[in-house]
This record gives sequence, C-alpha cells and structure tokens, in this order.
Amino acid sequence: MATLTVERVSKSFGKVPVLHGIDLSVADGEMIVIVGASGCGKSTLLRIVAGLERATEGRIVISGADVTRLEPAERDIAMVFQNYALYPHMSVFENMSYGLRIRGVPKPEIARRVAQAAEMLGLSGLLERRPRELSGGQRQRVAMGRAIVREPKLFLFDEPLSNLDAKLRVAMRAEIKRLQRRLGVTSLFVTHDQVEAMTLGDRLVVMNQGRAAQVATPMEIFARPADTYVAGFIGSPAMNFLPATLTEGGLGARIADGPVVRFADGPRPGMAGRSLTLGVRPEHFALGGPLPLSPDLVEPLGSETVVHGRLPSGQEITLRLPGAPPGHGTIGIGIRPEHLHVFDGKTGLRLEAEPAIQPPPRVAA
Amino acid sequence: MPQAVPAIAAPDPAASEARRARADWITHGILVLGVVLFALPVWLVLVGSTHDAATIGRGEVPLLPGGHAAETYAAVWTQGDTRRAQVAVSTMMFNSAVMALLITIGKIAISIVSAYAVAFFSFPGRMLCFWAIFVTLMLPVEVRIFPTFQVVSDLGLVNTYTGLIVPLIASATATLLFRQFFLTIPDELVEAAKMDGAGPMRFFKDVVLPLSATNMAALFVILFVYGWNQYLWPLLITTSADVETIVIGIVKMIGAEADTEWNRVMATTVLALLPPVAVVILMQRWFVKGLVETEK
Repeated sequence: MATLTVERVSKSFGKVPVLHGIDLSVADGEMIVIVGASGCGKSTLLRIVAGLERATEGRIVISGADVTRLEPAERDIAMVFQNYALYPHMSVFENMSYGLRIRGVPKPEIARRVAQAAEMLGLSGLLERRPRELSGGQRQRVAMGRAIVREPKLFLFDEPLSNLDAKLRVAMRAEIKRLQRRLGVTSLFVTHDQVEAMTLGDRLVVMNQGRAAQVATPMEIFARPADTYVAGFIGSPAMNFLPATLTEGGLGARIADGPVVRFADGPRPGMAGRSLTLGVRPEHFALGGPLPLSPDLVEPLGSETVVHGRLPSGQEITLRLPGAPPGHGTIGIGIRPEHLHVFDGKTGLRLEAEPAIQPPPRVAA
Repeated sequence: MPQAVPAIAAPDPAASEARRARADWITHGILVLGVVLFALPVWLVLVGSTHDAATIGRGEVPLLPGGHAAETYAAVWTQGDTRRAQVAVSTMMFNSAVMALLITIGKIAISIVSAYAVAFFSFPGRMLCFWAIFVTLMLPVEVRIFPTFQVVSDLGLVNTYTGLIVPLIASATATLLFRQFFLTIPDELVEAAKMDGAGPMRFFKDVVLPLSATNMAALFVILFVYGWNQYLWPLLITTSADVETIVIGIVKMIGAEADTEWNRVMATTVLALLPPVAVVILMQRWFVKGLVETEK
C-alpha cells in the first residue's frame, strides 16, 4: 500500500519536449486514470513512473521515498503492458512466478501466491499452458496475475484493454475495477478511451500536449471541464462549441449571427464584446428555440436520436434527442442556459460565474 | 480478375482435365530428371564402394552393388588407403568432427553474445562495432588467408586444432542473423523482464537463449556443414596426419589413375557424407518443432 507523488516531471526526447512539468499526487489505494489522445505524453508519464524512462527534470516519490534514480526492479511496482508481454516460452505458472523467482522468494511461498492469484483470476486450470494456447482475455489475465503475485506498492496499466475485442473489453474493465478495489493497490491506468477512463478512475488526469489539462473526479470533469480540450475530449458525441461575445455587464453571451443567451448562474467577468466559446453538450439543447438547424444526417439509435446539422452561420451542431427522430426540415433549437459551459475565446479556459455561488474551481494541476 | 477468364471460357471439362494431366506429367518428368541428376553420382559412389578395386580399375562403372562392401569399409575405417596417405578414416573423421563441432559451437556462442551486445545495449561506438562486424562479411577466409597463415604460423599453431579452428570461428553472418532476430523481440518483453527484476545476464539466459533455440538449430546445421566441408584452410594448416581432416584425406588418396584405389576412395566419400546428412536430418526435426512452437 503506497502513495505516489509526481513532482514537476518534465521530459524531452532530444529537443522535442513531451512533458511540461506534471504534478500529481495519488492517495493510497486510489485508481488514477491518465487519459488523452495519442502523442499527449500519457504513456511517457507512466514509463517515467515505472522507471523505464528517465525524467529530464522532476521527482517521483513512492510512499515518501524518492525513487527517481532507482531501476524499475528496485521501485517495487508492477506493470501490465498493452500487448501483455508474456514470455512466450514459459508456462502460465512460470510467467507469473518469474519475478518472484528472481527475487529469491521461497518455492512454497511462490506456489501459494500464484495459486491464490490464479484462483482470483480464474486461471487455475491453465497454469501449465503456454501463452500462445490462451485467448486474448486469458493472456490479459495472466499479465495481471504476474503483477498481482508480486504484491507491489503500485500497479501500472499501459492501455491493457486496447488489444481485446469490444465485448471482452467491457468485461475485463469491470474485472480490473473489482480487482483493484479488492486488493486496494494504488494504481495508474493509461488509456485513450474516455469510457474506460470515466468508468475506472477514482480520478482522471486529462492530458493535452504534455500538460495535465485537468485532474479531477470523472463526474466533475464531465460537469465542469477546465478548458475546451477537456470539454471536447470527454463526452460522446463531443460537445458543441459556438463562438460568442460577452454582452453588457457580463450577464449573457451573443452567439455569432444569433440570439443572446443569458447565463443562469451569474455574470462572467470582462468587458462587453469579450470573445467567448460556448460549450453545449449534444443532449443539452432544447427543441423549439430560436436557432434554426438544418439537419444533414439523422442517426436513430432507438432510445435516442443523434442529429447532425448546420446553423445558418455554417456552424456544425450535433444534437442528441430522446425518442424517435423529429420530422424533416429545419428544426428550431435552443440552448438550456443551466447546462451552458463558458470558455474564454482565446485561451479556451473555463470562465466561472463571478460571484462564487458555486464552490471555487479546483486548480488544475 | 484476368486470370479467371480462361477457366470460365474453357468449353469442355474433359479437355481441361486432359490438359491438367499432361501438365502433371511434365512437372513430374522435370522433377524426376532433377532427382536423377543429383542422385546418380551419389549412387555411383555408393555402388562403387561395394566392389573390389579391380572392377573399377578395369574401367567398369557398375550400376548395381557388388559384394565387397564389408571388407572395403572395414579397411578404410582402420587403415585408409594402402598407397598414399595411409591415414585411418576413423582418425580423419574424428578430426573433421572436432573441427566442425568446435567451429559451429564457437561461431554460435561468439555471435549470439556479440549480437546481444549490439542489439540490446547502447554504448559509445555501438554502431562502429556493428559496422566493423558487417564489413568483415566482405572478407572471407580466402581473402585474408596469407596474413592469417602468417599469424597462426608465428604463434606456432600449425598442425594444431587451435590453429585449425580459431581463425574460422568469428562469424559476421551469424552475428547479423542473431541481431536481426533480436530486433524482432518486442521492447515490451525487455521491459517486462526489467520490471520483474531480471538483469541483462538473467534476461539473456532466461528469455533470449530459449527464444533463439530455433535460430541456433538452423545455424547449427548451416555452420556444421560449412565447418565439415572446409578445404582450403585445413589444406594449408595441416601437414601431419594427426590433424588431417577427411576432406583433405580424400583428396590425398587420389593420385594417378592406376595408382588410386577407387573403391576405397568411394567408401571414404560415403563415410564423409554421413555426419552432415545426420546433422541435417537430426536438426531438421528440432528446427521444424521450434518453428511450430515458438511465438514472440
């Protein structure tokens, strides 16, 4: 059981910077999911924690001990790889016990731990098999078993589910979550899949171009995204962004070529005419509003309908409506002000209402 | 699909059947011709070794086995020929076996270790080392034979196993082969081993060596045959019967037409054929097994 602290970790490959000073503090037993598009540096961060890469600057602290200069084996962590990285010539038992054998754990103890982990993962009947005789899901379990038997301070998962088919992925996702709860081991989980991130993480780190755009619980990230990147990344279909300007007194926003929307939660700071980006999730539009939308694609999904269309300004809008598709022709839509997200038009950062009616925004790490 | 057109256009199934049968006959004919071309000399040697010296001496080329096999083979095994070299084939076989095995094992051992260094570690001058090894591919034994002979003779290694084997033991080909194979081992496997706490030596012993078993088996076959067939270098470096190899021995048995015991030469040749054939057959089973079982 351990805590993990990442302090101002930055990394450059030659002259190319990939991480710009990441700070992260993980509580004992917490499951942190690092999520972001490819190339955002999430795997690099994980590999730095693992000790497979050296940070250019910054420190990694596990349970109060600085491990920045230690080899991976000396950090007492276990990692599950995307392609499982099982030793092809070893049986399941040998694969799981290899780390323990190297550490000189006595044989009866190895047998006990492997049996226990195999029981937990439903691998008891497969211990004599070779990896190639296993299905993808079973290999994934062996890779997790290899991590579990080590009883490490920290689990690291590097996109462990992306090689599985969709159905198995959902099942393994639940299994990982259950297992992590049960073992209570502090974990870092890297993924590019927002559903995995939302369902698995106690907290998420949304990474964008080598920076942590936001660190918060899944629901907070969904409800109060820190900037337009996070807002667009989390949620499916993605949030709509409308350019707008601030009205007099900061009480509302004028949508480009369109009507004024009054803020429901209070005024935003700034001069009238300040450039804004309004964020509206597809499910947060109301039918029968002042914006005329010409649909060009309607996707009926049964319980709901996704409508893609354009406003007269050429702005693309995606809409999620409950129930059956609406009729043909232009539909009038409106924005429900209580679900409006307001971002600065230039920096993309979230703008909160001025009088602190809601709790102050958490500082993004 | 252009190639599908003739099949569809074929008017008569019987005609195309006949054409296919004719094509089968032609291919089989060519195959049989090839087999005869390759097998006939070997058969002649095998048959020749079972006749007495007089039969072949008369200029006959028998196609069917004679009745002197046992005595001829026993004679060459213990005494070789009676006219020239007079070295027992058993001695020459032993020398050849020692040379071929040590060259093979030495080549595999040295090249797998150097390939491991070049493929998995980054150290100053790594690419220089790699290119240095690569360039020696262009310098076979024949090219450097005089300087090599000079060195070996200055070291007083003429007529020794050491002198016979050591100059042939480095192998750029095998090193490159292993390096290419090592590059296909996924990085994540290396990293998983690191996380498990395996150091470089441990990783080499526990992961790299077992995974290389098939490559080693394949190389063993190729290199053993290479070592067994060495001619030029042993010819230079061996002058005494103690270290004479069988390939040299066969050549020394052959002299002027009337002065050569052809039946014995042929018996020796047959014996010389056996070890490489045995190695190929034996290792082939390993090789195939490894191919089927290994997966990266």
